Amino acid sequence: MSTLYTEIIQDAYRNPRLRGHLDDPSHTYEDENPLCGDTLHIELRVEGGHVVDARFEGRGCAISQASAELLLDRITGESTESIAGLDREDVLEELGIPSISPARLKCALLALKVVKGALYGLDRPANRGTASAPGPLD
Amino acid sequence: MTAALDSVSPIDVAAVRKDFPLLTRSMQGKPLVYLDSAATSQKPNIVLRTLDEYYRFHNANVHRGVYQLAEEATEAYESARTVLAAFLGAAPEETIFVRNATEGINLVANAWGRANLAAGDAILLTEMEHHSNLVPWQIVAKASGAELRYAGLREDGSLDLESVERQLSGGRVRLVATTYISNVLGSIVPVERVAMLAHAAGALYLVDAAQAAPHAAIDVRRLGADFLVLTGHKMLGPMGIGVLYGRKEILEEMPPFLGGGEMIRKVRLQQSSWNDLPWKFEAGTPSVGDAVALAAAVGYLQNLGMDQIAAHDTMLAEYAQTALAGLRGLTVIGPRQRGALVAFAVDGIHPHDLASVLDEQGIAVRAGHHCAQPLHDRLGLAATTRASFYIYNDEADVDRLVAGIDLAQQVLGG
Repeated sequence: MSTLYTEIIQDAYRNPRLRGHLDDPSHTYEDENPLCGDTLHIELRVEGGHVVDARFEGRGCAISQASAELLLDRITGESTESIAGLDREDVLEELGIPSISPARLKCALLALKVVKGALYGLDRPANRGTASAPGPLD
Repeated sequence: MTAALDSVSPIDVAAVRKDFPLLTRSMQGKPLVYLDSAATSQKPNIVLRTLDEYYRFHNANVHRGVYQLAEEATEAYESARTVLAAFLGAAPEETIFVRNATEGINLVANAWGRANLAAGDAILLTEMEHHSNLVPWQIVAKASGAELRYAGLREDGSLDLESVERQLSGGRVRLVATTYISNVLGSIVPVERVAMLAHAAGALYLVDAAQAAPHAAIDVRRLGADFLVLTGHKMLGPMGIGVLYGRKEILEEMPPFLGGGEMIRKVRLQQSSWNDLPWKFEAGTPSVGDAVALAAAVGYLQNLGMDQIAAHDTMLAEYAQTALAGLRGLTVIGPRQRGALVAFAVDGIHPHDLASVLDEQGIAVRAGHHCAQPLHDRLGLAATTRASFYIYNDEADVDRLVAGIDLAQQVLGG
């Protein structure tokens, strides 16, 4: 019926398990796609160099919100070094799609941008968002 | 815009479609349904051929050339101007070729604005303007110290004329600039009425006819417009050519916009004098081939008949509005009486997702803020989905859109 909106994306969009807030996040960050109006706020709990818990809040298209759900699920338990190496291909793999149009790529990559903003915010001046807890990365 | 359906013959859409080679393409293995003509129209063979033949057989730089080719190019360019002038009910010297409607508005904002606006003056716009009729005025307001005022909208998205009157009664409004047809709401501004109000308040009136000129006959004198802009690519012409109409007495008093060749009479090292109208406002080599092809587009439209086009496009917008309003969870934005476009919101489905699912069905619609962010802020929507119609669309296209939205609701609905 739709090759872009895979079962994975539909499920992540409709039944997000990581939407919400953490009691005690160590890192939070938010950003938006001004052209689309997609907004994304994430909260991470980093302990011993690993992401131990993650939540997000946001509004926007199914691609941006599903990629937040899927990416946060993927990085939970991972080290911050390995998260630094994540790129576009990893996001598309999580979404279960081989490719996406340039116009929608920004939607797909918003979550990765916000995760990296949270973990490395001050090192990435190109990011438009504001890190509220850039903190030392252990 | 409201020609009665029974007074004109309908457009033969099947015959029209044969003139548009792009419409034979398929997308994702499905026939293309192009519903984005408010962004840009497709081009008929006559326009493509005219552009090609200009460069193939007649190309030379215009004006001042004494050889035959230069004379042919000049004749073609000035003939195109005459066609566009007649299309608007204007004189050729009042018909200035620009790149697009945006450039036409920037020309007025800069050339007229710099010479006529000062602190304490006001420019009156509306809340539904395209960024092209908003940002140039913000820039000139900041530079001159003039104030920007905004006329509001009624609940249904039509222009609130009482708000126009209230804003004008505040005094010092030097210029009113409004769209003719909103590119989001579809609202048709009663421009004759606004012109009367503006003039009674001592203000000039600029009409942004980018969404109106493709769909209906325009007569600048009947409308009472002091300035009017259109863009060629929305009315079957090439991208990169548009027209600014300006009333002669005003244009004569205005300083130039861009300086350079063509717009001068005499150039000395320290100063220059300006060419006659309209060339005073056409610095540099103009887009001759595009102008000639735009004249061919106007000929194609006039051959179909502007009243027939208006009736056809209005009928399609009404058909679409009725069909879409029947879908659960779908809200049509804007008033019942509208131009040839319908913007809407679907509960629980982001416009970009909707447009992507439709794209998979071969249906091209636009999703976003349509270069009208302040309007979307006012509507409380980050974005909407817009379907727009033209001479090559028919009811079957609308039916495919409705089926596509139904599918999107199955894929993405809550």
